[in-house]
Amino acid sequence: MFESLSLLTLQQYWWFVITLLGGLFVFMMFVQGGQTLLNTLSKTETEKNVIIASLGRKWELTFTTLVMFGGALFAAFPLLYAVSFGGAYYVWMAILFCFILQAVSYEYRKKPDNFLGQKTYETFLYLNGSLGIILIGIALATFYTGANFIKNDMNLSSWTNHSYGLEAVLNPFNVLFGFVIFFLARSQASLYFINAINEEKIVGRARKQLTIDASLFVVLFLVVAGMLLLMSGVAYHQESFSIVEYKFLTNLIETPTILALLLAGVVLVLYAFYITLFRRSTKGIWFSGTGTVLTVVALLSLLGYNQTAIYPSLADINCSLNIENSSGSHYTLTAMSYVSLFVPVVLGYIYLVWKSMDKEKLTSQEVEADHHHY
Amino acid sequence: MEEHLVDWSRAQFALTALYHWLFVPLTLGLSFIIAIMETIYVKTGNTVWKEISKFWMTLFAINFAIGLATGIIMEFEFGTNWSNYAWIVGDIFGAPLAIEGIMAFFMESTFFAIMFFGWDKVSKKMHLLSTWLVAIGSNLSALWILVANGWMQNPVGMVFNPDTARFEMNRFFDVLFNPNAYSKFLHTVGSGYVMGALFVVGISAWYLLKNKEGVKAKKSMVVGATFGLITSIFLIFTGDEAAHQVALNQPSKLAAMEGLYDGHRRAGIVAIGQLNPDKKIGDTQEEFLWSLEIPQALSILGFHDANAFVPGINELVYGDTDEHHIESASDKIAKGKIAIESLKAYKKAKKEADPLAAEKSLAQFRAYEKYFGYGYLENPEDIIPPVALTFYSFHIMVGLGTWFFALFFFLLYFAMVGKIEKQRMLLRLAVLSIPLGYLAGELGWVVAEVGRQPWAIFEMLPVGMATSQISTTAVQTTFWLFAVIFTGLLIAEIRIMLKQIQIGMGEH
Ligand code: HDD
Ligand code: HEM
Ligand code: HEM
Repeated sequence: MFESLSLLTLQQYWWFVITLLGGLFVFMMFVQGGQTLLNTLSKTETEKNVIIASLGRKWELTFTTLVMFGGALFAAFPLLYAVSFGGAYYVWMAILFCFILQAVSYEYRKKPDNFLGQKTYETFLYLNGSLGIILIGIALATFYTGANFIKNDMNLSSWTNHSYGLEAVLNPFNVLFGFVIFFLARSQASLYFINAINEEKIVGRARKQLTIDASLFVVLFLVVAGMLLLMSGVAYHQESFSIVEYKFLTNLIETPTILALLLAGVVLVLYAFYITLFRRSTKGIWFSGTGTVLTVVALLSLLGYNQTAIYPSLADINCSLNIENSSGSHYTLTAMSYVSLFVPVVLGYIYLVWKSMDKEKLTSQEVEADHHHY
Repeated sequence: MEEHLVDWSRAQFALTALYHWLFVPLTLGLSFIIAIMETIYVKTGNTVWKEISKFWMTLFAINFAIGLATGIIMEFEFGTNWSNYAWIVGDIFGAPLAIEGIMAFFMESTFFAIMFFGWDKVSKKMHLLSTWLVAIGSNLSALWILVANGWMQNPVGMVFNPDTARFEMNRFFDVLFNPNAYSKFLHTVGSGYVMGALFVVGISAWYLLKNKEGVKAKKSMVVGATFGLITSIFLIFTGDEAAHQVALNQPSKLAAMEGLYDGHRRAGIVAIGQLNPDKKIGDTQEEFLWSLEIPQALSILGFHDANAFVPGINELVYGDTDEHHIESASDKIAKGKIAIESLKAYKKAKKEADPLAAEKSLAQFRAYEKYFGYGYLENPEDIIPPVALTFYSFHIMVGLGTWFFALFFFLLYFAMVGKIEKQRMLLRLAVLSIPLGYLAGELGWVVAEVGRQPWAIFEMLPVGMATSQISTTAVQTTFWLFAVIFTGLLIAEIRIMLKQIQIGMGEH
């Protein structure tokens, strides 16, 4: 079935899979957002435990989605994986450190004799939710703004400076992009708590907090979207790359599907804020979640399609990467496409498991009674 | 390239991998033991078994968390520190890693949630199924990662594409059913099962020594020792198969494992011995200061034939073309350099749009392609991995494997005849064997990975070619950060674990 597709079609299909995983990952970042609200939304230790418990049962899914995103990128676009991870070394390493810290914190936070103390583990969670997320945003933003790499005849790459990715923070677009994701994660966290927890006080505070985070998110999103559409991008024709003004705006106009996805995504997120803040609905997370996935798919699609570079080189424009020069072979993409048929199965059992686990909303009674609470 | 970059990159990978491997074996083994215990609970309805299962689950979760923390680093290190590698072989190597994510990690992390938080939310049967799925999921993750690692040891199923200058997969099922990957998978999960069993019997022994948790400790002991006895036999057989695979595909590793400088027919195995530290490749000094040899054993174990010739380090380096058709390393290096030059000429001709020259260079490249990786080596001696480290690691691992078998045998025997709490010496040895289990596993990886040197992909890609081109300082910085963070977390993990063991089985 997949064998008969052209290499280009497979590359496009795999770019779509990457955008989808990226979208799911950004959606699942509500866990990280929630970690930064731990102290804001709780006044007592019991309340804090409830919040931790509601996040603690989901964090591994987010974590695994990140791992999956990395694995899929490696398998489908090995050159992008090699150039970005092997060059923006400090940034990716800092991100990974933030995730190492997260992985132990839920389990160890409250355990007797935990060496570092409860406060330290809560700080780890905060770091993961703030620094970790902002840096991921910055790293993703460089796919639009480019990075200082070159590659040789053998396609082996190197960075032309010694700050190895840290230079990205000097570009305001990258940094703002990081903060957009950060406030989105926090807004979604509030939506999630409102949906999953049955404790009036926490929910009340989450609604208040949502007003702040959602407003900041909307303002920043508009600024960043504006910058993106006014920005130049790198386009390619066969093997040569060139800078094109308003490249992303052009892509949006020329590919109505992406435009439609983007609009639908944005509207869903805004609708989620609206029903939660003005209609006291508890279902906002489902709309904002779907909206987030669609928006991220659309934004990353602006890179992969319509003859656009997915990673422009600032050092030598002809070293830029696109989906055609950085992908796996026809054979591998075909094999992997068969494997990708498992994705719906996985999503299916994840959905069923969580449906049975989340039948009832979380309460402080349940958390207190659970012998294995975090 | 910056000096020492490759050494620091290797050191960092070794550090993070060795840390990851402190936690993975317990996940692999303990998950099955818990599943067995919970099965007994569901079958008998006896709630003591439920409490026992829950106790071991608590320890499992403490270990699992840090296993995830160390695993995520490894996944991304192929990009951050081995980016040339990631491109040159990513077409083949990336696939198993991605499949691992889809098939194994999600299964593990999803059903983990039911296993820990689902006791009152799903039916008993569903809970039991989830516990089994966590065990299966973790073992599946081992399968895919070892398919990847097995491919590095014995690369199959690919061709070199001169236009993209990298290896591309052309036979997925060869990669998947690589015999090397299978022997690796079985031996490695086997070592995890043994580790899980050592952990359970060791802690149960501690309780018995302290006169705590009598019934629960004895029940755990029986399950642990039975599981351990069966799996340690399995481990010895699969270890033998692993050695057979090494003999077939990686003669340089085998020679280092055995400290074999001069090859023989009817080669023996040094059961125990001390290497001569002054011995150099090519000189005539004795290989061992003293040793105890089992005659013919190496030929039999390695090749299943007492008459088989086992090449030694000297033949591999200097060649033995008359009798055994072994090419010298210097010849291979020279041919490798021709391959590199002809690939360059091919690229140049392509650029200059000269199809005739391109075709000629390509034909020459194809003729020498097999030696391509050798062209990046400098000295013939470089093809031999560090002998002492490989030799001692291997021998200690095998010794410990034999010991574990004996330990489980006696524990089970005394647990069955009912006087286990009186065997205080044996119980103490069981406690002591927990760290020995970790040691054996780490040494096994040292044999596998150090023994593969100087290659990242055996005979295809030397480690020096595989690194990211970043500054040594950058790698040093992250090396020390990892060392500090992982050590800190390890201390936390051990203290939490010990505290939970002290609290005992009732509280869970
Ligand atoms: C509890 C741990 C443990 C124990 C007791 C043993 N092993 Fe082992 N061994 C491992 C844990 C391990 C391992 C960590 O799982 C390794 C590392 C890489 C691999 O494939 O498995 C390994 C590797 C390994 C290799 C190298 C494979 C390669 O390079 O690809 C060989 C030849 C053996 N083992 C053979 C044995 C034999 C003959 C044993 C006799 C009892 C034995 N091992 C006991
Ligand atoms: C978790 C168990 C593992 C341990 C303890 C381990 C250990 C090591 C050690 C000690 C080294 C350094 C060898 C040297 O430089 O002399 C190394 C290198 C390496 N290993 Fe492993 N390894 C493990 C699993 C794997 C697996 C499963 C893969 C591949 C899928 C892998 C890939 C590599 C690579 C790419 C290097 C760097 C290149 C090299 O030095 O050969 N390792 N590993
Ligand atoms: C270099 C090679 C390796 C890489 C890249 C790697 C990668 C990872 C990653 C990313 C995780 C976290 C998974 C999650 O998010 O759920 C993980 C955990 C795990 N890995 Fe590895 N791993 C390596 C070596 C190994 C080996 C050799 C084995 C087994 C033979 C293994 C078995 C496991 C298991 C069972 C887990 C579950 C977590 C735990 O043990 O606590 N890994 N690994």
